[in-house]
Amino acid sequence: MDALFLARIQFAFTIGFHFLFPMMTLGTALVILISETLHLIKKDDVYRKITDLFARLLGLIFVVGAATGIVMEFSFGTNWSQYSRTVGDIFGPILAAEGVIAFFLESVFVGVLIFGRKKVSPKVYWVAALMVFVGGHLSAFWIIVANSWMQTPAGYEINAAGKVILTSFSSAVFNPSTLVRLSHTVLASWVTCAIMVSGIAAYYVRKGLHGETARTMLKIGIILFAVTPLLQLGAAHGHAIQVINTQPVKAAAMEGHFETTRGADIYVLGYVDVDNEKTYGISIPRGLSFLYNFDFNSEIKGLKDVSKENWPPVNLVFQSYHIMVGLGMIFIALGLLGAWLLWTGKIYTAKGFLFLLPFLIPLPHLAHETGWITAEVGRQPWIIYGLMKTAAGASVVVSAGELMFSMIMFTLIYLLLFVMFVMLFVKIVKKGPEPLAGKGVH
Amino acid sequence: MDNIQNFQVLWFVLIFVLLLGYALLDGFDLGLAALLPFLGKNQEEKNTLIASIGPVWDGNEVWLITGGGALFAAFPHAYATAFSGFYLAMMLVLLALIFRAVSMEFRANDPVRAGLWEKTLVAGSALAALLFGVALGNVVYGVPLDGRMEYAGSFFTLLRPVPLLFGITGMAAVLMQGACWAVMKSEGALQERSFRAALILMWVNAAAALIYFVVLANVFDRLLANALFYVAVLLTFAGLAILLVSVRRRNDAVPFCASSASFAGLFLAAGAAQFPNLITASNDPALSLTIYNSSTGLYTLQIMAVIALVGMPIVMGYTLFVYRLFKGKAKADDHY
Repeated sequence: MDALFLARIQFAFTIGFHFLFPMMTLGTALVILISETLHLIKKDDVYRKITDLFARLLGLIFVVGAATGIVMEFSFGTNWSQYSRTVGDIFGPILAAEGVIAFFLESVFVGVLIFGRKKVSPKVYWVAALMVFVGGHLSAFWIIVANSWMQTPAGYEINAAGKVILTSFSSAVFNPSTLVRLSHTVLASWVTCAIMVSGIAAYYVRKGLHGETARTMLKIGIILFAVTPLLQLGAAHGHAIQVINTQPVKAAAMEGHFETTRGADIYVLGYVDVDNEKTYGISIPRGLSFLYNFDFNSEIKGLKDVSKENWPPVNLVFQSYHIMVGLGMIFIALGLLGAWLLWTGKIYTAKGFLFLLPFLIPLPHLAHETGWITAEVGRQPWIIYGLMKTAAGASVVVSAGELMFSMIMFTLIYLLLFVMFVMLFVKIVKKGPEPLAGKGVH
Repeated sequence: MDNIQNFQVLWFVLIFVLLLGYALLDGFDLGLAALLPFLGKNQEEKNTLIASIGPVWDGNEVWLITGGGALFAAFPHAYATAFSGFYLAMMLVLLALIFRAVSMEFRANDPVRAGLWEKTLVAGSALAALLFGVALGNVVYGVPLDGRMEYAGSFFTLLRPVPLLFGITGMAAVLMQGACWAVMKSEGALQERSFRAALILMWVNAAAALIYFVVLANVFDRLLANALFYVAVLLTFAGLAILLVSVRRRNDAVPFCASSASFAGLFLAAGAAQFPNLITASNDPALSLTIYNSSTGLYTLQIMAVIALVGMPIVMGYTLFVYRLFKGKAKADDHY
């Protein structure tokens, strides 16, 4: 196997694994901020117990995220050194800004959340929760800026030596896809944790554990579960339109759309036969054109507008995208069902629904992983869309043998981390929140 | 201030400061964790030691992440050459950093295998402490580079005597940082043991630093004409002398400050030897990566200077605030 192929696989694997954890961090930070704010306002210990449980989980999530995140920062230099040499002017400052403006804030205050309960006043503790929330989301902002610049580069020019020169920092940061991709990603994390909180609380309620704490947790979870997938529908729609506008080849791959047409169909399910340039499946006639700008006859660019060597792996992008969209629709439906059960007061006795919720916990991860595959594989063969090929970005001095070593190393370590993470996560959940003083052990 | 050379020099200094900050702060976490089996004689003592770094180590590691990001932003060629060239060594650094990070959390939540996670914590911390010095030693002492700015050596090129001397000297300094942090955060028998460890490590550091400075002065003859070199030597040995006196007097906090000063002296000497190079070419000085041929454009350096000079004082402010929240002696049951 050649070094380039191994480098791509290793990056896909390490970023795919890392991505699981920040996607839990942001939403968990939101849940902690909500419960700690309610704790401060209502002075009710129930919220404090909820915060403490999720602070323990955050400790575990954050540490695996940080440990696997440092691998990503190294990887641009270790595995993509030609890319780093070419885009240092833009990509470097974005990563450095992430450190100075965001990651310091999150990392310094996360220590207070995990270790500081007995040492600091409730107000300082709340400030720490706010700082972890703000720091985490700022971190997401800068990482999304970096990735969005690779999707829709802006604020640069190319000099005679072929290097990317920064001409406008603000245009590079607020490139055409930054904000819409940020909202889509942040909401994905919130959905992930809405379902995580609902699932954990549903398990407690169904088993009759932790009484009022579990019921309050379920209420917070279900409200978030009802709201966040709906907000995501809007953000996702905006993102899809941006992709059609700025990355038409990726958009065409997402729908298996070969010919530029007016009145393009949208597939609910399907299969793309790239060799024969045909897509089979269940489709809604003119659906894609309609969703693009509410005009059944709007023009959608097809893959054949560019030469085949510049197509991404079409079927993989198509399937990933459709799995993500399908899961999103399921989340909307189940979130609304949950809201209705909560509204009518039936949720605490809805055995079937409570039984189902814990099994949903892995599904948002599947959704955001397939979403990430859509975004990143859909960008191929480019490392910077339309500007630089992925193959041109790889390190030149790293051999296939060295990559084989690192690939095996990461596979073994990440397998261990994954097993330990799941085991300890389940253990912390089973141990549950601490009992409320004076209300007996439930 | 629109001369690009001013900003290239400024960024050399800023990255030096970030890496020094990393060395001093994460230095005590790594050093303390590496010394765990020697300082802590039972579970309670070990828990106390880990509790003393638990709330702060992750913030400390961000100094490295930011230093790496700053190197990427200011001198992408140096970042690209070193990280891809030292590939296997960098993978070992990652291995060490991953294990030291997750081991503390796993140890606390997984009592059945706590012994295993303690071993991975100790090994990961010790390995990281050693490798950083070896890496720094290589870029200062020099490695073979080709005309495309690419590394032309092998993994074993990195293990020459002078870089290994940097590694051992750096590790001795890191261990001393850890012992002095333990002195500051512990009481009773644990503190007494930490004092003794600090004293032994003071002598180890004195010997290592003496060899280090002599070797530096011989390898880089220009250093003898550089005032910073003498400041560095003075800082290190004054730090060690104060450490000796304060440990004898059983002072809590002074040893840590003295140890930090001593470590800073080692760093300053390396920086003075290195400037204006980033990666010295051992085969041909003309192939060296310097701050002048490896940097990004003026505009990028200016933007980054604004972000760093406004952002870092704020970072230091809230870092200090959080350290103050956790000031005083650590307790074994501080975790959750």
